[in-house]
Amino acid sequence: MSEYVDLLSMAFMQRALLAAVFTGLAAPAIGTYLVQRRMALMGDGIGHVAVTGVAIGLFTGASPTWTAVIVAIAGAIAIEVIRERGHANGDVALALLFYGGLAGGVLITGLANESGARLNQFLFGSITTISDTDVIVTMVLAAVVVLICVGLAPQLFAVAQDQEFARVAGLNIRAYNLLVAVLAAVTVTVAMRTVGLLLVSALMVVPVATSQQLSRSFRTTLGAAMALGTAASVGGLLLSAYLSFEARVAPGPTIVLLALAGFVSAWPVGIWLRRRRRLRQPFPVVPVVAHQETDEHPHQHGEDCGHVAVPHGDHVDYVHDGHRHAPHGKHYDEH
Amino acid sequence: MSSVVELENGAVSIAGRPILRHIDLTVRSGEFVALMGANGSGKSTLVRALTGLWPLTTGSLSLFGTPFGSFHDWQRVGFVPQRGGAASGVPASVWEVVASGRLTRRKLLRPLGRADRAAIADALDVVGLAHRARESVSSLSGGQQQRVLIARALAGEPDLFFLDEPTAGVDLPNQQVLADTLRTMSGRGATIVLVAHELGPMAPLIDRAVVMRDGRIAYDGSPLASEQVATAHLDGHHHHHHHEPDHHDHAPHVSSLLEGDR
Repeated sequence: MSEYVDLLSMAFMQRALLAAVFTGLAAPAIGTYLVQRRMALMGDGIGHVAVTGVAIGLFTGASPTWTAVIVAIAGAIAIEVIRERGHANGDVALALLFYGGLAGGVLITGLANESGARLNQFLFGSITTISDTDVIVTMVLAAVVVLICVGLAPQLFAVAQDQEFARVAGLNIRAYNLLVAVLAAVTVTVAMRTVGLLLVSALMVVPVATSQQLSRSFRTTLGAAMALGTAASVGGLLLSAYLSFEARVAPGPTIVLLALAGFVSAWPVGIWLRRRRRLRQPFPVVPVVAHQETDEHPHQHGEDCGHVAVPHGDHVDYVHDGHRHAPHGKHYDEH
Repeated sequence: MSSVVELENGAVSIAGRPILRHIDLTVRSGEFVALMGANGSGKSTLVRALTGLWPLTTGSLSLFGTPFGSFHDWQRVGFVPQRGGAASGVPASVWEVVASGRLTRRKLLRPLGRADRAAIADALDVVGLAHRARESVSSLSGGQQQRVLIARALAGEPDLFFLDEPTAGVDLPNQQVLADTLRTMSGRGATIVLVAHELGPMAPLIDRAVVMRDGRIAYDGSPLASEQVATAHLDGHHHHHHHEPDHHDHAPHVSSLLEGDR
């Protein structure tokens, strides 16, 4: 255990923890808006395009982070334009962009005489080799993403919820759509060092999927997703560091698998909650067909009698073997 | 009375194909106008043109006396789009969806003020969903979701409402609630432009019916019974408001019938 504490106190580990906290907050924040637009895979698409950006950085000797930011933003804007034009085969166009990005990246990395291992750092993350400058860039960019996602939440929510309504409300929806695309691109490159370009989308989408199992409002979904994302990225990093004494455990995949484990445990709870809510939804009030008493009723319905009590107008129906029993004087009516 | 919506000789083409032609429409303050017509007659397109969602190919549009190009007073306009429901990919509570209607009056990065909260509460009250404000919109029935969308428009406290088929696929009790809501809105002095295939319980509220047929206005005048809508272009009423030559030939009607509904 003392070795573990020693490991955590090392500078590279502390840099990694800082990066994990900030990406864990930022990725689900923008991810919530992507999921709301039903574009959960957009992060994945941008990630593929960003591979080319990284490769250009390796080829030209410029910082791969910044070339990735630029190419990812260009890719995100291209995706947004294709989406806005509403081409029927928009998803095919997106697919072309993804594969082009990935293939271009691998090709250019080869031209740059860099090894596949170097590219792997970006594809699957290498949070423990992150430098001081990288940490600062990560923190600043992530903070910008979080501030915009939270500060402009009413506008971004309205635009994602209903574009036409937002437009007639006088919002510049194109500007907001481009803003979301750019923020998604920035987040992808921020998370690139943490979980890697190919797993980036998981950190943007999985915490959102988990939190919406249990939430009923947008605000809680957003807040819980950010909390879950941070928990997954910090927890995954600590877990992989702890396990690293036994085996080679990469932090990126650990983070993603931990986030998925969160979803797997929340999912049954969500199903149960939704089922319970549906069972207890009030029955519609319509004129009664006829007064029909139940047969001799051996059971006394009441609070906690074990039967689901459903509001029905001014009284309560108890659901009993597929019947609806409503108390009426000394007997029960079939409703 | 001042005119709230004024469209002169409006036309809309979609991908080069003329959809709306020769539309002259003036809606005066406080009027309750029903835009009617068969599917594909252009009534939804007309509302989308009036709200700026479709650009006009020709013609001039002004809202509240301001030419559309320089109109920025969007808090005066409330829009209820034609939608299957109010749900999206992430849960949102009824209150949150209605609160987004307040955006027309909110400044960037400012929290909701007391007046905002009061308007949201009032809008929820009018549509009778105040008791479900905290629930997720996706747990509501289709008719209730439609009421949420109307409350969202109401929350901005506009003077002019455009509603695109709010009663499509809504059961009768919910249609009744919608009609009561519209009565309240109209009673508060709002101008209402309602697109509807059938009026149902809203029929007594209408001041004026405009019937669209194949992208043109076929009738503009006092309210019609629903069976009259289909034949509105055949009787003499259509000379009521606009000036078309008397020799209204029947060839366009025949060809439009052959084309059928798009």
